[in-house]
Amino acid sequence: MIAFWQWIHALIPWFDGAIATIVIILIKAIALVMPLMLVVAYFTYAERKVIGYMQLRVGPNRVGPKGWLQPIADALKLMTKEIIFPSKANIYLFLLAPVLAIAPAIAIWAVIPFDEGMYVANLDISLLYVLAIGSVGVYGIILAGWASNSKYPLLGALRSASLLVSYEIVIGFALVTVVMIAGSVNLNDIVMAQKGSILNWYWIPLFPMMIIFFISALVETNRAPFDVVEGESEIVGGTHVEYSGMTFAVFFLAEYANMIFMAVLAVILFFGGWHSPFEGIAYLEAGFAWVPGIIWLLAKSTFFMFLYLWIRATFPRFRYDQIMRLSWKVFLPWTIVWIFVVALMTQLKIGPWF
Amino acid sequence: MSFDQILFYVFSFWFIAASLAMIFSRNAAKAVLFLILAFFSAASIWILLEAEFLAITLILVYVGAVMVLFLFVIKMLNIDKSSLRAKFASYLPLGLIVAAIIAAEMALVLGNNQFGLEMMAAPARHAADYSNITVLALQLYTDYVYPFELAAVLLLIAIIAAITLVHRNEGNRKTQNIAEQVSVKAKDRVYLVSITTPNKEGK
Amino acid sequence: MINTPLFDTTSLMAALPEIFLLSAIVVVLLLDLFLTKPFKQVTYYLTQLSLLTTGVLAFNLIGEPETIILGNSFILDDMASVFKVFMMVAAMVAMVYSRHYLLQHSLFRGEYFVLVMLSILGMMVMVSGHSLLTLYLGLEILSLSLYTLIAIARNRAGAVEAALKYFVLGAIASGLLLYGMSMIYGISGSLNISEIAVFANSATLASREVLIINFGLVFLVIGIAFKLGAVPFHMWVPDVYQGAPTSVTMFISTVPKIAAVAMLVRLLIDGLGAMQPYWSDLFTVLAILSIVLGSIVALLQTNIKRLLAYSTISHIGFVLLGFATGVITGYGAAVFYILVYVLMSLAAFGVIILLNKKGFEADLISDYKGLSAHSPWSALMMLIIMLSMAGIPPFIGFYAKLFILQQVISSGMITVAIIVVVFAVISAYYYLQIIKSMYFEDGDEAQESIPAPIDIQLVVSINAVLILVVGLFPDFWMQLALSLF
Repeated sequence: MIAFWQWIHALIPWFDGAIATIVIILIKAIALVMPLMLVVAYFTYAERKVIGYMQLRVGPNRVGPKGWLQPIADALKLMTKEIIFPSKANIYLFLLAPVLAIAPAIAIWAVIPFDEGMYVANLDISLLYVLAIGSVGVYGIILAGWASNSKYPLLGALRSASLLVSYEIVIGFALVTVVMIAGSVNLNDIVMAQKGSILNWYWIPLFPMMIIFFISALVETNRAPFDVVEGESEIVGGTHVEYSGMTFAVFFLAEYANMIFMAVLAVILFFGGWHSPFEGIAYLEAGFAWVPGIIWLLAKSTFFMFLYLWIRATFPRFRYDQIMRLSWKVFLPWTIVWIFVVALMTQLKIGPWF
Repeated sequence: MSFDQILFYVFSFWFIAASLAMIFSRNAAKAVLFLILAFFSAASIWILLEAEFLAITLILVYVGAVMVLFLFVIKMLNIDKSSLRAKFASYLPLGLIVAAIIAAEMALVLGNNQFGLEMMAAPARHAADYSNITVLALQLYTDYVYPFELAAVLLLIAIIAAITLVHRNEGNRKTQNIAEQVSVKAKDRVYLVSITTPNKEGK
Repeated sequence: MINTPLFDTTSLMAALPEIFLLSAIVVVLLLDLFLTKPFKQVTYYLTQLSLLTTGVLAFNLIGEPETIILGNSFILDDMASVFKVFMMVAAMVAMVYSRHYLLQHSLFRGEYFVLVMLSILGMMVMVSGHSLLTLYLGLEILSLSLYTLIAIARNRAGAVEAALKYFVLGAIASGLLLYGMSMIYGISGSLNISEIAVFANSATLASREVLIINFGLVFLVIGIAFKLGAVPFHMWVPDVYQGAPTSVTMFISTVPKIAAVAMLVRLLIDGLGAMQPYWSDLFTVLAILSIVLGSIVALLQTNIKRLLAYSTISHIGFVLLGFATGVITGYGAAVFYILVYVLMSLAAFGVIILLNKKGFEADLISDYKGLSAHSPWSALMMLIIMLSMAGIPPFIGFYAKLFILQQVISSGMITVAIIVVVFAVISAYYYLQIIKSMYFEDGDEAQESIPAPIDIQLVVSINAVLILVVGLFPDFWMQLALSLF
């Protein structure tokens, strides 16, 4: 990489300093966002197909071969649709809300290491950055609910605000255990600390935390069975009721980008990130050495993404107060207990993790 | 002007502009949003000062939690602006005079003559491998462990206070026992009883 | 780059009272959850036991050499230990009175005692504070518990209003205090009291540095004056005293004053002793205003809690006057005065609570008409307390005022002394007014003698008699107060 930039520099001598930094960051960002949008599009297609098969249907199969072009068609449809503004809505905030939803959903990807040395930014506190930016995403939903000047969006926004604040605490505590084992809040270091073999990954010592983290991720991304923010049967469509066309599409993008992010984060924290599952196994390791780390990362993430769909097709929706109870009375005590367990394990040097 | 300085002035501009907009905004929700922008700008300035942990904490705690609850409250309350403004004008002249005097005094004491760069040297830049969070952690759990624990006690009081003042344990309250509801099994609710249906003859 | 840790676990013995109290709080808090209604009294007894043990632990530390631990933010010296012991005794007495009141007015809840213990923990932190940070945190722990204690009677509009008023003004005071602290930290570069003292004492202090220290100093004095309730920062005192449940009023008016005085000593004498000429002048003005206003406005009161509030303001004036002298004997007299004030105030509120009945607060002066006829013993105790507060010999209140005045005169503030004496005489009028209505006026209706539990009767009696007994040997206590500096 460095040689490449030196070559560029030799080619265009004035391309240096601040300008170069900005341009490089922009190029990296585009290289990250474009594939992400594509993945989001085909994730929606996958969702409809998977749930369709689980419910003994075929799912979308009309546009293109086997329905492959369905997401493109959807995108075109949403882009050309009229955006309807509710009368008496606060237009500025109404339009600001989707922007506030999508911006953190994309910005949060900046610190994710896809492979060794493959990231947009290597922050020293990248895990905290993830938490901080993740917590900002809630404003999109809250503002959407408030600016719509309508009953159901407001109810949805209220639900969402309280849920997100509650589950952020749980996620924060669950991540503390990871930080305690890895001894770092840098995602690169956390992945590096899981090097060695599949037994070194953190899902073994942190099994309950992994479960809690994943369930909390469902809540944070408003996924079934915790999608009370939308809750079609109770509050029509929650915060999205008044949104149409492109404004709705932006919310949709943000939601799916967040889902994919949570899946990737789970892999990085608990399943060894870009490390191959065959590490430490004599012949298999050598045999799979040619596979780049990003493939392993994406493969593992795909499993979690599938899990989202599987859970959605399986469970009925929780009631709002039940979700709150789950957070404060079940998960929070468990995470605190597990922090003490991990502290003990760290002191006694149990297993290969410390 | 170096790149850092440009960034500093950009962030400072947004910080001041957002703070002013927050004060003068007539809509409470907009005021909160401007405050959030101000927090972001302050966090950015902190990052320029190599205090990235503080910056992230500011966003995580204030933007991510406190301000969300703020918006929550604003949505629940129907703030009557006219009653808030009613006494505003009558206090305005006195308030302006007092504010002007305080501002003038503070400008005299806190101006460049006392706290300028000639008097207080700028802190030295750290090397690239300097980890703000490690240094903070070491300080927090050794030298400053006593204030740290006291802050924890303070938060404990806040929890006790909130629960004491809000929780009403009156006997006639109807509540749901969610734990009981969740742990219910199908066989607790539905009994399948086999009944012999009488046939046409009545046997 | 990274400093070597100053944290040393072996030195923690010096903080044993605080550590014990915090552990006890947590245990009581958890235990209270599991106590069913008939066993709720256990919380009270455990609280008393915890306070007693803490007091004994603090008493054992008296005479230890001065130690500074926990990253230079905690100091153990004789003043800290003696103050802690006094605070524990006062708090235990206050709890005996409180229980009676709480049961009478169905406010008895476990959280009450937990919050009281937490506020005491905050006061202990203040008393032992050796850095701006810990002093501030101690103050906040104290204040936050007090706000909640006032609002615990949330069905009374007066209590909620008082809590809110106290909260808002207390927050402003904390803000001012913090602002002053940040100035001092900014110029001295240290949060540590002894390092600040070294900085303020250094001969090479530039004039701009003196300016900034004084700028911060003014804010510190305002913050302390707010917490003590000195004029012109006294606005919250009467409303809070009247609105709060009487047991909370009693607590606010006694123990926290000791802590506030300790904070004053730590910040201004230990830390900014070099700036003594500057803060002495401020204190003289505050003291005279407090004594004048406290004496005059109290004349118009019909509510005895409000009257005691104004009486507190004028007492605080005397305490500040002692500090304003700027000499060690003056500081000793001020500390002596605050301890005497706590003793008297506890007894006064004790009698008020003693006269409480279910659904009846004995908080109007007219409620005391003809008290001598139906409960002569309570009336006699009230007589002792009022005479002592008015400063009539041989009661202890007289000596407290005398020592202060001696110091004021010997430091050459003759005019101040004359003003103070005049207003002390004026203030005697309203104390005597209560005595008059107790002994020389007939009650509206034939009131039956009030049955109160034996423990509160006993403690109130001892408390009132102490005012007389200590008054017979004031020198010993004065020597004790002096030995703290």
